[in-house]
Amino acid sequence: MNLLRKIRSTGRVAEPAPPRPTDAPPAAARELRGSAQVRHVDAGSCNGCEIEIGMAFGPVHDAERYGARLVASPRHADVLLVTGPVTRNMAEPLRRTVAAAAEPRLVVAVGDCALNCGEFAGGYGVEGAVGDVVPVDVEVRGCPPAPERIVAALRTVTGR
Amino acid sequence: MSGAHAVSALGAVRGVGAAAMVAQVVVVIGGAPLLTGLMRQVRARMEGRAGAGIAQPWRDVRKLMRKEPITPVRTGPAFRAAPLLLVVTAGVIAALVPLVSTATPVSGSADLILVVAVLALGTVSLALAGLDTGTAFGGMGASREMTVIALVEPTILLSVFALSIPAGSTNLPAIVAGAEHHPGRLASPAGALAAVALAVVVLAETGRLPVDNPATHLELTMVHEAMVLEYSGPDLALVELGSQMRLTVLLGLLASLFAPWGIATGASVGAACLGLLLLAVKVAVLGVLLAAAEVFWAKLRLFRVPELLAGSFLLALLAVTASYFLTGEGSR
Repeated sequence: MNLLRKIRSTGRVAEPAPPRPTDAPPAAARELRGSAQVRHVDAGSCNGCEIEIGMAFGPVHDAERYGARLVASPRHADVLLVTGPVTRNMAEPLRRTVAAAAEPRLVVAVGDCALNCGEFAGGYGVEGAVGDVVPVDVEVRGCPPAPERIVAALRTVTGR
Repeated sequence: MSGAHAVSALGAVRGVGAAAMVAQVVVVIGGAPLLTGLMRQVRARMEGRAGAGIAQPWRDVRKLMRKEPITPVRTGPAFRAAPLLLVVTAGVIAALVPLVSTATPVSGSADLILVVAVLALGTVSLALAGLDTGTAFGGMGASREMTVIALVEPTILLSVFALSIPAGSTNLPAIVAGAEHHPGRLASPAGALAAVALAVVVLAETGRLPVDNPATHLELTMVHEAMVLEYSGPDLALVELGSQMRLTVLLGLLASLFAPWGIATGASVGAACLGLLLLAVKVAVLGVLLAAAEVFWAKLRLFRVPELLAGSFLLALLAVTASYFLTGEGSR
């Protein structure tokens, strides 16, 4: 009963939806038509981006209302959300994960590390940016990127 | 002349019955994703989220149908046949179970034991598909699913037996029509016990909380989801549609058995339409209640699940015993 009272007193937490992003969607995204299953791949991130992704799918930003949903398997996924500089040990698993996802599929590189290795550039364990290992369709800048930016990137993919 | 009238009347009866049966299947196929969408929406609202809308599962299916089909290496016929088998068995159950009308062309074959066996066929085919992938999680999910089904099937049989004793038949339309004409049968202790037992096993059979979490991402806690990790594209669409149809059909069966009011027993078109409308309302209400209850529940630890299911089996056994003695069968 406590929980019920809490639910009633809290009400809606989700913020009003911001206007739809104007970026042109990548070609593969047009075939998804309002539905994108998302698999998150941590290729060597410091977990800063993971916290922001968690926020993006949390009640406040609620990425699920735009048709994006986190799934447990790359076989179910249309979108691979890749974070972190790709470490040597994660390069091959990342290639295999992308290969395991059915076409049409998109790779979204999240965070500065994923785009240009960021803080970890030149590290002995770093293979390179995500773009050096697999083709990237959408980029999300920031260290870590704000949840709004992640949600905006996902909205260009789902088109909602 | 009167003979011709009788023949045409019989034809009309058959026609309405067949239309009701087709309507059941169409409504279950079309409504199953909407039910899932509605349940996700209720959950989202209770969590303070906005939700994706109740049509989202249909968007998912439409998108998956257009995706590239992938067959993982070293998978065999079991993996390829399972999605279709799951949807077909759910469709057959939707045709058999008296959801809209008890006077369909197949109502004579709609036996409880047949329905439970067809249900088990779908579950077993998916478990075999999970094993066929050869992955650790597929096998783990399959083994868990078989553990659950071994406890679930006898409980479904027993709890419906409690209702079939007063009806004197294991034929589901006969049970439902009997309960509709004699509502006192449901108000008995046997009816209440059987309702609780069946509700628990429906949760287990359809992979809902507290037995399985349909929204989990942790492979170690998965049951149903672990078996289907390797599916993608159109196959995944069929698997998702199949599990959504099973949930709809089983909630519909629960509604038909314990709230049979409004189900057509004759050949009237109006009654069939009313039955269809009431079916949608009853299943939607059950779905909303289930989704709201799930917000308050946590998933049970896997080793506690047999305790829950054994408890529900005990309730079903008590229901059968109560039904046997209270209907006077024991004193004959």
